[in-house]
Amino acid sequence: MTFLSDKTLERLRGFEPPDLSGTRYTLRELIARGGMGVIYAADDEKLSRRVALKVLDTPDANGEFTRRLMREARILAQLEHPGIVPVHDVGALPDGRVFYTMKFVEGLRLDKYIAQLDSLPQRLRLFLRVCDAVSFAHARGILHRDLKPANIMVGSFGEVLVMDWGLAKILREHGVTGNETVLSSSRKADSENDPTQSAVITGHGTVMGTPGYMSPEQARGEAGKIDVRSDIFSLGALLKFIAVGGAERKSPALPRPLLAICAQASAESPNARYGSVSALAADLSLYLDGLPVSAYSENLFERLGRLYKRHQIAILLITAYLIMRALVLLLFRR
Amino acid sequence: MTATGESFPLTRLSVLAAARSQDAAERARALDILFAAYWKPVYKYICLKFSQSAQDAQDLTQGFFAELLERELLSRFDPAKSRLRSYLRLCADSFALNEIKAASRKKRGGEFVHVALDFFAAEAELRAQAVDPASIASPESLEDFFEKEWIRSLFSSAVEELRGVCEAREKQKAFQLFEAYDLSDEENVSYAELAASFALPLTEVNNQLAWARREFRRIALERLHALCGSEEEFAREAKTLFGVSTQ
Repeated sequence: MTFLSDKTLERLRGFEPPDLSGTRYTLRELIARGGMGVIYAADDEKLSRRVALKVLDTPDANGEFTRRLMREARILAQLEHPGIVPVHDVGALPDGRVFYTMKFVEGLRLDKYIAQLDSLPQRLRLFLRVCDAVSFAHARGILHRDLKPANIMVGSFGEVLVMDWGLAKILREHGVTGNETVLSSSRKADSENDPTQSAVITGHGTVMGTPGYMSPEQARGEAGKIDVRSDIFSLGALLKFIAVGGAERKSPALPRPLLAICAQASAESPNARYGSVSALAADLSLYLDGLPVSAYSENLFERLGRLYKRHQIAILLITAYLIMRALVLLLFRR
Repeated sequence: MTATGESFPLTRLSVLAAARSQDAAERARALDILFAAYWKPVYKYICLKFSQSAQDAQDLTQGFFAELLERELLSRFDPAKSRLRSYLRLCADSFALNEIKAASRKKRGGEFVHVALDFFAAEAELRAQAVDPASIASPESLEDFFEKEWIRSLFSSAVEELRGVCEAREKQKAFQLFEAYDLSDEENVSYAELAASFALPLTEVNNQLAWARREFRRIALERLHALCGSEEEFAREAKTLFGVSTQ
């Protein structure tokens, strides 16, 4: 059996804390560990606030991970949205490792939080807020590519944040002209230089993403075919998870229109899915409002049932009124 | 089952649950797992704490595991009161103390121990570590020593299992990279050097290493899970081991 030295043990445990001397931050505790970096809680001494600090877990002599981490920070910086965790600062440690800091989110991961929400409409409205953030990123030409419950945080005030943009892909560059956001056309060169491209599919078949949430084209490593509809597939799987109320809950029978929305979002073929996140969100909003959804053709009984549910109070009032009228008529006839 | 842990079962029920099973084969399997994880830490601990010669420490280690079986000490363990590791260390303490006091050590129970205990290797490791017993005289530092040896034992067997997984999946290159970068004491190895010596693109080195690390962590956590007395203990131990929550 291989003898592991003390130094190797510490490395395998990932307990080589970064040296933050010379920066404005003081290290607190390890929060999470990702594929290439580690996230710590740290205190920003200048602004006296807690931040989350993401740093490479090993020195990166060749600069590949450094580029990737910087790219992630820049992507986050472009995505100023209440549903996306904001980046505060980037910097380098004395050993050359780069880091960036972002908002420290106190709350629960969606997979832990969802069990607390008993009402289906409440859970679906939470999903719509995820859609808002993803739709915003798509509008800025950025795909997330790893949407799953563990990458959604719900803050202590109920704010919903889409986290971990480490696998994000830039579809289009954008520039800002006056108040207008200009989207340029897709660039082949951008795709060729995309360092995460190699992480998504390698010659040895290593595919990054999460089974169950990863679109078939992403799972097959067809990097060229990945577009907004790949994220929509993940959102479909996420919607089902949220609608059911988490993996630990006994799976309830979901209403057919809702199942149809999930099915259309997570269709095998990208062409069969919703064309945009806003189309998916719009269909779900229709469902929440008790209106017919585009993903499902209802029969007459279902339509009547839905109309009854939607106008339940009015229908009951009118029925009560008619019954009363009938009774009054009957009494007067006698 | 060998001490290398190559045949560690895929389904990792709690060792405690298996040790209390009515099925003799299941019990034997659980004890094999337990011995594989603990014999080296126990041996080194006895060597240091009781200043025993290698031969005496070997006898005491064998004797301790035999005692564990004979007196069914595992069935007395209460996960609510302590960690399995602390319990076993205290049992080893009390056993060794009694045996030394009575000066009646006799070779016993060899037939119970299914694991091939490679004391020669353990002794060589202890010498290589150059641990001075005088430097760890306090009970706390001995406890830390036992803790570290236990982690070493757990990680070593996880590394061996990773080697097997890589061979089974024809990913030997990933293991070789992991060995060269993460297991080596060499300080100045760069990804670029690995890429050149393995004739791989840089991105491939990144991806293979990331995969091997994830697999290592998964295997180590699975083994840890099997060795814990309860889910709460596992959550605490995982946090101590890797610093991150499993919750």
